[in-house]
Amino acid sequence: MKSLAELQAIRDKAKQQMNMRGEQPDAIRVLVGMATCGIAAGAKPVLNAFVEEAAKRNLQNVIITQTGCIGICQFEPVVEIEIPGQDKVTYVKMTPEKAVRIVNDHLVNNNVVTEYTIGANS
Amino acid sequence: MRELSLNVMDIVQNSVTAKATFIEIIVKEITNDSLLSINDSLLSIIIKDNGCGMSEKQLKNVTDPFFTTRTTRSVGLGIPLFKMEAEQTGGSFSIDSEIGLGTTLKANFVTSHLDMTPLGNINSTVSILIRCNPDIDFLYRRSIDDKSFDLDTKELRQVLGNDVPLNSSEVMQWIDEYLKEQTQNLIGGKDNNEIIG
Ligand SMILES: Nc1ncnc2c1ncn2[C@@H]1O[C@H](COP(=O)(O)OP(=O)(O)OP(=O)(O)O)[C@@H](O)[C@H]1O
Ligand SMILES: [Mg+2]
Repeated sequence: MKSLAELQAIRDKAKQQMNMRGEQPDAIRVLVGMATCGIAAGAKPVLNAFVEEAAKRNLQNVIITQTGCIGICQFEPVVEIEIPGQDKVTYVKMTPEKAVRIVNDHLVNNNVVTEYTIGANS
Repeated sequence: MRELSLNVMDIVQNSVTAKATFIEIIVKEITNDSLLSINDSLLSIIIKDNGCGMSEKQLKNVTDPFFTTRTTRSVGLGIPLFKMEAEQTGGSFSIDSEIGLGTTLKANFVTSHLDMTPLGNINSTVSILIRCNPDIDFLYRRSIDDKSFDLDTKELRQVLGNDVPLNSSEVMQWIDEYLKEQTQNLIGGKDNNEIIG
């Protein structure tokens, strides 16, 4: 059974290593649109796919989070990628499969997957 | 929505937008109430926040899809959809709110009804909400009849102190495993969809 003692151990280990990320100013941000339109279109499995793939590749500098509706409901699920110092990239009609490819191509190798972007789909 | 857990995800977004700092999510199942007929069981979902609340006028309009304070689109769908999903099972829906105090939504579902939407993966909804809103406190309570468990992020924060954020990967992993264990314990190894759906 998971216990609070285990959580305490996590804390102690983190303190020792001092590697717990507080604010990360140069982190990559993955913003998944989570308004009604996004959720209905399948944003939740997309967010899960980003979390799982980033964990699999042990990407420490990626923050995966949610954002509201950005007003392009017909393109949901929508995901925005913000890499410090670069233009924001908006991916549309996302699926978990696309998410895996974006983690590998864009987040790891810094190659935008142009065919999934809003520019290529509107 | 395909699953009620997605409605919960959506309804909680309203609480986040309303600047809540504490959000309670209660999923309560009653299977052995003598008031219910033999085959009926009742699922209640309660979402309570301490956000900005709504005025009486706003509250009156909130179940109307053409009411929204959002600016990117002229209809609000979240609440009307959730209400419809409850009522189509023969269940009920209510919402209470007070400016400055917060908002409480309650939806009751008759789970045996043909139009019942399955609960779906509520644990993953709770997990994502904590991950994406590390500064908000959540209390998630899941119960079936007189058995229940809680996940209380205030309690976790007390153990973790200020140095370790709730959404760090080690803590999220602990949370996911805790939810899985406790749920299995509660529903006796069956998955959610087998019990409700
Ligand atoms: N918990 C809450 N606290 C304060 N205001 C709320 C709350 N929930 C809903 N509201 C108000 O009710 C409105 C309608 O909510 P609803 O979820 O139906 O639609 P929406 O959030 O505007 O848009 P959508 O959910 O379709 O993305 C919101 O715009 C907001 O003004
Ligand atoms: Mg909403």
